[in-house]
Amino acid sequence: MNRIFNDPDRMVEDAVSGYVKAHRDLVSATANPRVIKVNSAPKAGKVGVVTGGGSGHEPAFLGYVGEGMVDAVAIGEIFSSPTAQAFHDAFKACDGGAGIACLYGNYAGDNMNVKMAIKMAAKEGITVKTVVANDDVASAPKDELAKRRGVAGEILMWKVGAARAAEGGSLDEVIAAAQKAIDNTRSIGIGLSPCTLVAVGHPNFQIKDGEMEVGIGHHGEPGVSVMKTKPAAEMADMMVDYVLPDLPFAAGDKVAVLLSGLGATPVMELYILYDRIADLLGQKKIEIKHNFVGNYFTSLEMMGATLTVMRLDDELDRLLARPARSIGLVK
Amino acid sequence: MTLPVNAAGFLVTDLVKAIVAQRDHLSEIDGAIGDGDHGVNMAKGFNLCAQALGSPTPGLKESFGILGNTLMAGIGGSMGPLYGTFFNEMADSLDGATELDATAFGRMIRAGLDGVLDIGGAKPGDKTLLDTLVPAVEAFEAATSAGKPYRTALNDMTEAARKGRDSTVAMIAKVGRASRLGERSRGVLDAGSASCCIILETMAASVASKLN
Repeated sequence: MNRIFNDPDRMVEDAVSGYVKAHRDLVSATANPRVIKVNSAPKAGKVGVVTGGGSGHEPAFLGYVGEGMVDAVAIGEIFSSPTAQAFHDAFKACDGGAGIACLYGNYAGDNMNVKMAIKMAAKEGITVKTVVANDDVASAPKDELAKRRGVAGEILMWKVGAARAAEGGSLDEVIAAAQKAIDNTRSIGIGLSPCTLVAVGHPNFQIKDGEMEVGIGHHGEPGVSVMKTKPAAEMADMMVDYVLPDLPFAAGDKVAVLLSGLGATPVMELYILYDRIADLLGQKKIEIKHNFVGNYFTSLEMMGATLTVMRLDDELDRLLARPARSIGLVK
Repeated sequence: MTLPVNAAGFLVTDLVKAIVAQRDHLSEIDGAIGDGDHGVNMAKGFNLCAQALGSPTPGLKESFGILGNTLMAGIGGSMGPLYGTFFNEMADSLDGATELDATAFGRMIRAGLDGVLDIGGAKPGDKTLLDTLVPAVEAFEAATSAGKPYRTALNDMTEAARKGRDSTVAMIAKVGRASRLGERSRGVLDAGSASCCIILETMAASVASKLN
């Protein structure tokens, strides 16, 4: 292990402190060191958009706080849900009196902490509604959608929900848009190397050199198959073949495509993958209207990539196109 | 014997010592199918509680409340809300109780269990801390309704907790992160069931030490 840190147990604190210093023109710290907010929050009459999750996925989650994006974020330990208190404080940090849309990913810890935070907020008269992302097709069969994990599709859900809030949408309208976004989104990951929490010192799962794991989760959750690493074009074919039939996407669809590295993948290699993905969708008469290629949702220093595809209607298209300024995503 | 509730805060300081002492052991268990941070997180939360308790240690109701709130606010993950709820519900159950006799103790652990069932959404057999907690609470209740002495009921509780913990080895995880491992989660202990066993064993031993 050869990494950059001071105290392995204080890596989140140190990183958040650096993040706020680096981006003070856009975000600020709050009284809770595990909550940051966009400088302009709270805005009276606007629905507050909150997310939260474990650290180690940067720029997720904190990197999506910005103008036209998420208003406040709850920050957890590495790969561990934020506390109920952090979610609650994030709600308060952007409560403009119009309610809070809490848009997060389907993990046991997050579900519990959000549930408790909502109870805390209710006592203070703050209404919170949620959308739980479940875009990872490899994490459970299609008839068990509620068991699926949320992965990089969360970013598109945040973008859509936040844009609807920025347009002046009511809480129910924001929630409906975010729900529609995730319902039309599917993702799959491929992992080529494991990742190591510094405090642990060794990887908690293994991927052999020369092998790849299709369907791997953002914390190394096992995928659907392990095989010899294929050339990029074949990887792209496999990813597309998992994602498209699941919704299913069809000829004539307009889509957004997000291809994210998992932390250690050279960005160059993401473009090699994207080159083929774009061609494949073109052959299938699926029109890419928005695309994002880069490190959008990582897993420490894992090698690999996640492909996310969202089917658009006019509303989703409009909301994705709306201007946004955050460190993770600019439109 | 008498064990006044307002003089039983030592139970919580005993819990802090026990969890902190098992920090590395718990992380090692978690490393097999989790992310290896269970001991670190638990020790962090219980240490925060020790600081918040101050000296002298408050009564048991206040001490459990402080423990529940520090875990909830301090450690996040799944364990923050689960154990936070467990200790907060136990604190609430002590409203109006003056003696920590077998009746109050039984009511207390039942309240803790009900709180965990409500927030967690898991059930016995899912390879979670419930596989320790459910049989332990039931064993205590069975012993007291059979008219067994308090000390014997505590022993039964400890024994059931250990058996419950060990039963998780053969299980496949159904909830939480380890559930993604499917068959690969079989063959090792569940870290939450191990920490829950430490908590119940410690509570039983601490109370028993005050019984004649």
